[in-house]
Amino acid sequence: MGTLRKLDLLTYLLLILGSIAMVLPFILMCALALSPNDKVLSYPPLLFPTSITSKNFNDVMAAGSFFRYFVNSLLISSITTAGQMVTCSMAGYAFARLEFKAKNAIFFVFLSTMMIPTQVNLVPLFSLMQKLGWVNTYFALIIPGLFSAFGIFLMRQYYLTLPKELEDSGKIDGCTHWGIFWRIFFPLSVPSLAALGIFSFITSWNSFLWPLLVTNSETLRTLPVGLAAFKSSFREITNWSLLMAGTLISVVPAIIVFITGQKYFISGITSGSVKG
Amino acid sequence: MKTLLQKDSFWAIIFLFPSIIGILVFNFIPTVVSFYLSFTKWNLLGSPKFVGLSNYSSIIADPLFYKVLQQTLIFVMGTVFFEVIISLFIALGLNHISNFKTLFRTIYFLPVVSSMVAVSILWNWIFDPAFGFLNYMLKIVGIDPIFWLSDPTWALPSIILVSVWKNLGYSTVLFLSGLQTLPDECLEAAKVDGAKPYQVFYKVILPLLSPTIFLVTIMSFINAFQTFDSVYILTSGGPQNKTNLMVYWLYKNAFEFYNMGRASAIAYFLFLIILTITLFQWNFRKRWVHYES
Repeated sequence: MGTLRKLDLLTYLLLILGSIAMVLPFILMCALALSPNDKVLSYPPLLFPTSITSKNFNDVMAAGSFFRYFVNSLLISSITTAGQMVTCSMAGYAFARLEFKAKNAIFFVFLSTMMIPTQVNLVPLFSLMQKLGWVNTYFALIIPGLFSAFGIFLMRQYYLTLPKELEDSGKIDGCTHWGIFWRIFFPLSVPSLAALGIFSFITSWNSFLWPLLVTNSETLRTLPVGLAAFKSSFREITNWSLLMAGTLISVVPAIIVFITGQKYFISGITSGSVKG
Repeated sequence: MKTLLQKDSFWAIIFLFPSIIGILVFNFIPTVVSFYLSFTKWNLLGSPKFVGLSNYSSIIADPLFYKVLQQTLIFVMGTVFFEVIISLFIALGLNHISNFKTLFRTIYFLPVVSSMVAVSILWNWIFDPAFGFLNYMLKIVGIDPIFWLSDPTWALPSIILVSVWKNLGYSTVLFLSGLQTLPDECLEAAKVDGAKPYQVFYKVILPLLSPTIFLVTIMSFINAFQTFDSVYILTSGGPQNKTNLMVYWLYKNAFEFYNMGRASAIAYFLFLIILTITLFQWNFRKRWVHYES
């Protein structure tokens, strides 16, 4: 019994040490973001702010145009998320519940696109945006993100588990497939939709390379692109407290979304992979 | 006779229409076009000029390609190795304890939901040679400051550290759910037979968990090969190309040198490497992965 107790204690101790390593960078970020800039280059490094100010946030929102970046990120991520929930649940329903020609072939093509690294498509996709005149518009930032093979797969797996009786009862009531989908299946798939929604919101909120390529005006920048540009705008000495205030603004919404929907999110990423 | 509205195939077209168009236009066709572009010379203006295999042959003749390939492989191996081992132990720990499970899991997951740009900026500050936290810790134990991001010896390990720190939580969650599916009977039987905890780990948990270990390894491999954001923010590929990883090199060729054909050829090299590793691992899997029949 004694060794078991020791093992418990040791486990907790190691997990706490690990947690400190995970949280420490975030603590340093908060300390800098809340401190006046003249306190930043102090030694030893700040762990807790000695005097608290909200000046950095005001400065970064106004002068650094972070307010605009924030609105852009929120708009793009929300529309992308809503769009994926609609397109993926519709396609997922078709693959799970309808019989049609070439069903397996189409599904295979969809799945195979998941194997291709996104960087392979970068150049043609950028040139497509140019041809459509979408470079430096919200279209380029939103429309390519409205579709997801992963999301379709996730929704299909869920719709496959729902009993056939649901479909039959809808048919008896005279529903078309649209009615069955919209009135019965879609509302029942809230757990999967939540997993997909949180996943696509966080992915879109954090994406960097694509928005970096298709935007060059400041008014269209998202938070990650704005942060990167803000960082490289410092020539000699980086104003770390402003930069950290901007970073804090970009990190907090994703963390809130994750913590709120943690249950769905975790079950979403694990159900798609571990059983398969 | 069924009316149109009662036919499955009619509804299939309606339900699939947005996704088919979207995935065809934004995923499938670009992949094919990219393959064609890899045989052309093109700077985004005018139309691509067919040049046969010259992009591929010029890449193979370029010493920088081997440098990039070498550094990418070191980066990927290092990242996957540490990520898989450490996250496996965190998951075992989380599976063992009975209190604060969710709290710990949330903490380990925080970097996963933060953007790589934000994470890189946090670490940029920690790596700061004069005021950063790492060198402060080194000073306490009496070690000279290290120029983490500008010293050729330390730049790549620093990037690996950031990647491992960022992705640890993701692998941990996958391992944790794998551990929860293990049959209790086996673990109980081992304990009844008087097995020590490390024996339970080696002889029972590890073999039973091998499908999850395999999956996490493949996913981290694919993920690591696509690293871009941290390199862009922290080192810009330097010093001496030590952190010039494949996707960053691709980006430079395409959007700084405007050499679209060459960039597409690099993209297909990347694709080929990822595909080979995936297929190799799939094949290898049969030998060492245990599946319950």
